[in-house]
Amino acid sequence: MIRKSPPQPSATEIDATPLLAARDVSLERAGRVILDQVSVQVRPAEVTVVIGPNGAGKTSLLRVLLGLWKPGNGRVQRRRGLRIGYMPQRLQIEPVLPLSVRRFLTLRQRAPESVLRERLERVGVPHLLHKPVQSLSGGEMQRVLLARALLNRPNLLVLDEPAQGVDIVGQGEVFKLIDDIRHETGCGVLMVSHDLHLVMAGADAVICLNQHVCCTGRPEEVSRHPEYQRLFPETDMQGIGVYRHDHDHVHDVAGEVHEHHAGCAHGHHGHGGGNR
Amino acid sequence: MEGLLDDFLVRALLAGLMVAAVAGPLGAFVVWRRMAYFGDTVSHSALLGVALGVLLGLNLNLMVTLVCVAIAILLVLLQRRQELAADTLLGILAHSALSLGIVAITFIEGLRVDLMAYLFGDILAVGTGDLLSIAIGGAVALLLLVLLWRPLLALTVHEELAQVEGVPVLLVRLGLMLLIALVIAAAMQVVGVLLITALMIIPAASARRFASTPEQMAILAAVIGMLAVGAGLWGSFQYDTPTGPTIVVAAMLGFILVHLLPGRLIPHFGGR
Repeated sequence: MIRKSPPQPSATEIDATPLLAARDVSLERAGRVILDQVSVQVRPAEVTVVIGPNGAGKTSLLRVLLGLWKPGNGRVQRRRGLRIGYMPQRLQIEPVLPLSVRRFLTLRQRAPESVLRERLERVGVPHLLHKPVQSLSGGEMQRVLLARALLNRPNLLVLDEPAQGVDIVGQGEVFKLIDDIRHETGCGVLMVSHDLHLVMAGADAVICLNQHVCCTGRPEEVSRHPEYQRLFPETDMQGIGVYRHDHDHVHDVAGEVHEHHAGCAHGHHGHGGGNR
Repeated sequence: MEGLLDDFLVRALLAGLMVAAVAGPLGAFVVWRRMAYFGDTVSHSALLGVALGVLLGLNLNLMVTLVCVAIAILLVLLQRRQELAADTLLGILAHSALSLGIVAITFIEGLRVDLMAYLFGDILAVGTGDLLSIAIGGAVALLLLVLLWRPLLALTVHEELAQVEGVPVLLVRLGLMLLIALVIAAAMQVVGVLLITALMIIPAASARRFASTPEQMAILAAVIGMLAVGAGLWGSFQYDTPTGPTIVVAAMLGFILVHLLPGRLIPHFGGR
């Protein structure tokens, strides 16, 4: 079944109120329509992926959802108590700014070194704590950004092209890491990507965007949708499934992050691993 | 103290040290945020503030601060429209404001202004009253900088990330404008409107080689700027050269020296 609009949460779920919902959001910039009547929902404990060609308005939609931009029309609702961990698209820091990873992590909120070390360990780069941020490779930087996004124990992770600037092996690792983390913490994930194969496989819901919402649904459904096939003619679901998880275990449906999970700081799960 | 301040050299030194102590740390932000040309544009408009102050019979420092803030906000608003490239816009405003200021000053009848003093500074003419206003302006700027430090740093690293994490971006940006305007008003008499940016960015750029944290860089920039002021004053006295430019030359020599030093001779400050 292909759904033109996201489904209503079923009554059997405990608290399936969307973490974030946009209703009929439109946006114009410099006379150009960027978003046209976009409605999306991000549900707790799910991975929602926004895909679309370049210039489709993916990042703009993210900005509206994050509250960075005001939509021209429509509205954005956030669930109460929503804590967002945001990982921006590729971050480059001026070499003239002396900044260690430790300082970078604590720019907004202070945290004891042990906590920082735990978070870095979780994303597989504990040795980087005292390195200057400018010395990190693309993959290392993405991991550090992810660690920072996890610092305030988010119940929603928002990721803009999380695998940009990462080599092909590293990309799979980054997506695997994100998937592991959301299973550990039960946080929802909203991700923007144009990297279909890797992303679609781990998604619970896919939103195919090209100014307007072309189609939404589960990845298998979206990939068979004519609009999707028109936008991405070369792709099919073959070869997808790089890290499809068995969903036979219980999630925290409420999407709340629990203290003992918080930030997935145990560091001995054996996930991830370095990409060096 | 009273007797000490009677000496014009002591007053000049104090004024210069106070200005350098604020210009250095602020300069670090100007360097990190690539705002050198922005600072130049705003400082060029300071002359317009002088003219307005004389015309309206108001305190010159206050007027200069106000005009600088106004120009800074105007710049930010114009840059948003993105019809002209940022450097074109800055170039237009910088030189128009400077020319407008000079024209306005020469128009004011009965006013004998030493234009050179405004353009290149006249630190030796600093009076006790000037010293007081520099001290007040500098103290306010320093306090503002300390208060804004963490949010400003977060903003500098990544504006959107900071905004998502709850930094009031607009407010912090406005604070930075006010800071720059305050420092320009204070520094005008020391190095003049044409050289203020140099006093901000050269010490900060020199400090980068020694610093491993943002705070170290800011404090070192202040120290290096103060050294340049001392050396410049001495040089200008020794060789009978204009003081403002001599201070900038001293800062430049320091910059070259710092960058000629081989890496192993550079002391590395600890801390992370």
